[in-house]
Amino acid sequence: MREIAYEDIVKAVKNMVIHTATNLPEDAVTKLKEAHEKEKSPVAKKVLEQLLENADIAREEKRPLCQDTGLAVYFVKVGQDVKVTGGLLKDAINEGTEQGYIEGYLRASTCDCFTRENLKDKIGYNLPAIIHIDLVEGDKIEIEYAAKGGGSENVSRARVLAPAQGKEGVIEFVKSVISEAGPNPCPPIIVGVGIGGTFEKAAISSKYALFREAGQPHPDPEVAAFEQELLEELNKLGIGAMGMGGTQTVLAVHVEKNPCHIASLPVSVNVQCHSSRHSHITL
Amino acid sequence: MSQIHYLTTPLSDEDIMNLKAGDIVYLSGTIYTARDAAHKRLVDLIAKGEELPFPLRGAVIYFVGPTPPKPGDPIGSAGPTTSYRMDSYSPTLIEHGLKGMIGKGKRNQAVKDACKEHKAVYFGATGGAGALLGKLIKDAKVIAYEELGPEAVRELIIENFPVTVINDAYGNDLYEEGRKQYEVKD
Ligand code: SF4
Repeated sequence: MREIAYEDIVKAVKNMVIHTATNLPEDAVTKLKEAHEKEKSPVAKKVLEQLLENADIAREEKRPLCQDTGLAVYFVKVGQDVKVTGGLLKDAINEGTEQGYIEGYLRASTCDCFTRENLKDKIGYNLPAIIHIDLVEGDKIEIEYAAKGGGSENVSRARVLAPAQGKEGVIEFVKSVISEAGPNPCPPIIVGVGIGGTFEKAAISSKYALFREAGQPHPDPEVAAFEQELLEELNKLGIGAMGMGGTQTVLAVHVEKNPCHIASLPVSVNVQCHSSRHSHITL
Repeated sequence: MSQIHYLTTPLSDEDIMNLKAGDIVYLSGTIYTARDAAHKRLVDLIAKGEELPFPLRGAVIYFVGPTPPKPGDPIGSAGPTTSYRMDSYSPTLIEHGLKGMIGKGKRNQAVKDACKEHKAVYFGATGGAGALLGKLIKDAKVIAYEELGPEAVRELIIENFPVTVINDAYGNDLYEEGRKQYEVKD
């Protein structure tokens, strides 16, 4: 059984957190450049220019891309043949998150649901992280990370449709969510759609869909075609960058599809703003 | 057609009446930050007839909760936060002389009406451009409600801070009009 030390996980997570806050990944930059080229509205084009310039400044001067440095969300794949020594995996991820947010001068954004009191002194600086763990083959630990802002989470929605509503029903629901969101989630956005499974499976799938490289089509050609169809439909809304009107509202649509119960058709839409801060490491 | 303006705070009625939804403004001078908690306190002070921590006449308020500054910097990343949370307070402030608000996202009808009635505008700054916008803030100091942490009221000195007019004093709304212009109906 391969062993990985607790401290090594803490350090790797910390470094990833600090790096991700200031470095917009290549896939997101490429998508923004494409949108800038295609955009027909001069006002929206100007916004896209600012976003690209912002990404350059953030990278070069190590300033956070956005002041909302997000909640830390992780999808972790743990190989069956690996053992963490010196502590729990979850604790290591949380500790790395806290250290990264403090040392990177990032914002502590977790609070109590009702009192709205910041939890930095009670639970930890920007803790707890949201951690999804899965057990897989092998002797490695793969950690995928996103710094997820509040603006785009706030407009995300889930609903269980009737089976008869089918594909059309899904398109209609996704369109209504993005239309209603308008300027609020900082478009241009990436849209994660989780279809099928149970209520919570659809929601988690829609989140995980956002961890895919932006614009990478689903391996199943049928699902990939559905992604393309949704993308075209959504860009007809005319919302544009920052909602000021334009042709480039959605940079990519990622769909994850699961088998579901004969009685239901769950759908979840999770929105990612243009500040698509993602990274992954393998230990 | 969208126009470009260079304005310095405090803003006058004349400045406001020259602005149309879709215009780009490079704003300089002193502005103040406030989010929900600070707004509530300002509105309470007005209700009691007490003095505010900064002069409201001609003022511009920026809805922002910045990241902590690095040593030597006046402020960290500082892009706009979503504005609707301030909707219930803004009309009172506008009635008492507030001329501009900077944020992102839709405002309600009461705010739009107040802008029209009392000559004020709502500006949109680019959400998620926190690094770029933070750099254009030359100085920042907390002037009230320090105990609110990131929600404290700060006085900022800005230079050529780029914003777009979303709601003007004529009742126009760029979010609605811009979208209509590019919407594709089947
Ligand atoms: S939605 Fe994204 S880009 Fe906009 S303020 Fe929130 S984290 Fe930043």
